[in-house]
Amino acid sequence: MSARGMASRAAMSGGGGSAFPVAVVVLGILAIWYVAAVALNSAWALDQAGRDGVTLSARELVADTWSQERPRLPAPHQVAVELWNTTVAMPVTSKRSLIYHAWITLSATLAGFVLGTGLGILLAVGIVHDRTTNASVMPWVIASQTVPILAIAPMIIVVLASVGVAGLLPKALISMYLSFFPVVVGMVKGFRSPETMLLDQMRTWNASPAQTFWKLRWPAALPYLFASLKVAVAASLVGAIIGELPTGAVAGLGARMLTGSYYGQTVQIWSALMMASILAATLVGLIGLAERLTARAMGGRA
Amino acid sequence: MRDGPVIEARGLNLVFETGDGPVHALKDVDLSVGRGDFVSFIGPSGCGKTTFLRVAADLEEPTGGTIAVNGVSPAEARRARAYGYVFQAAGLFPWRTIAGNVRLPLEIMGYARSEQAARVARVLEMVELAGFENRYPWQLSGGMQQRASIARALAFDADLLLMDEPFGALDEIVRDKLNEQLLALWARTGKTIAFVTHSIPEAVYLSTRIVVMSPRPGRVTDVIESPLPRERPLHIRESREFLEIAGRVRDGLRAGMGEEV
Repeated sequence: MSARGMASRAAMSGGGGSAFPVAVVVLGILAIWYVAAVALNSAWALDQAGRDGVTLSARELVADTWSQERPRLPAPHQVAVELWNTTVAMPVTSKRSLIYHAWITLSATLAGFVLGTGLGILLAVGIVHDRTTNASVMPWVIASQTVPILAIAPMIIVVLASVGVAGLLPKALISMYLSFFPVVVGMVKGFRSPETMLLDQMRTWNASPAQTFWKLRWPAALPYLFASLKVAVAASLVGAIIGELPTGAVAGLGARMLTGSYYGQTVQIWSALMMASILAATLVGLIGLAERLTARAMGGRA
Repeated sequence: MRDGPVIEARGLNLVFETGDGPVHALKDVDLSVGRGDFVSFIGPSGCGKTTFLRVAADLEEPTGGTIAVNGVSPAEARRARAYGYVFQAAGLFPWRTIAGNVRLPLEIMGYARSEQAARVARVLEMVELAGFENRYPWQLSGGMQQRASIARALAFDADLLLMDEPFGALDEIVRDKLNEQLLALWARTGKTIAFVTHSIPEAVYLSTRIVVMSPRPGRVTDVIESPLPRERPLHIRESREFLEIAGRVRDGLRAGMGEEV
């Protein structure tokens, strides 16, 4: 389950009135998860038991699959315990603290998100106002997203490292690469959303292009902006995590996942994944909050 | 220049090139609108009445002939902010309050803040929307929205009002009331009004001159000077003169349609 998937699910359930359907879905997922843990981990448990010459009762088998040290799929409570131990029960300064690692990833995410949003808005302004930009830039924008980021990320990291740039910036750039796209697409649509009549009206008042932009196109595009930002922030997080994978980074959620996979620490991988999901859901939630406040300030019906 | 006609068109032509071939939206239109006149343009869809207004407003480019607004080209008149244009829909910005919407052209034209506030208050008073300054457009009825839109066109000092079926989407009762208010406003401000409509009673009730137009190609078929006095109570619409003019407009429209109806 990717951070992006979790984030969009969180966004969809946000704002709903009744907690009951949400609880049902959560319980359903937990149930499937526990069953899957039994199915995936039982081979190892049976293998061990066979080697020790004991036969396991069904109850013992289930108990074993939910408590292995290196399960193929850790059970939810194992992940929860690991999360607790590495956040609440551990000082933030520790190199094993998940809060420390989350902060490393979050800082790259936010930097990439800000850069990507800025770049996306600038490109959209150019595309909407200039025919040549529209014809020349838009195909590249789309082409950029067809290149697998996993293939490009190591190159960016290596090239930047060779000119002495390391740390936050390369990760932020990868994050930006993923996040500017939804902003461009959304804002082009948003800037073009005012009806012809409103544009004609600005013309009858002899408004300058800048006035038409700030007084008409920009406010009209804001609902599109927030929709784009929700997608972009989740993409930023994915970008930052991917940026941590090929560098052999020692810190960050991506690094936790990578070291976890080296040593077969599935519980560690899953708790890092969970942390990424929580982070994404929080970021999307914050943007949703900003969206509601803006809508209220702009006289929305809500 | 002040005494000359406000709009003067000579041999005006406009041909739109479309996928189905050229469409003659305006053909050889000769017309002049005098200062202080209330001129209505009436005719079926496609007769060019809206197009004529849009050409005067520099929203369309004519393909032949000449047109002058206040003695200069429509483009110069637009840059001089010589007219206020009221569209079919109120076209209020949903994220601005009523006062904010009326203030918008003043902000664009660079009026001082105190001047903006004074003008907004004055025109909202004029269209009987005082007290609704801080409402948003969706909180108002269609008629009130259209009044706000008229207030917005009145807020700056244009002597010419171009109105494109401003009451077309409103029901009969609201339309009557707004027609009455518009006449009062016209009498009070002395502005020149060019008014596009589908409705014969509306045209006859409001206008000092009625321009009857017909489609394919869009052209003027009759220009009727109204003998009605400027002071017009609603019940004037039952008078004999009123019905006579309405009859002439109807005949003009029917003749213009030819064999099509």
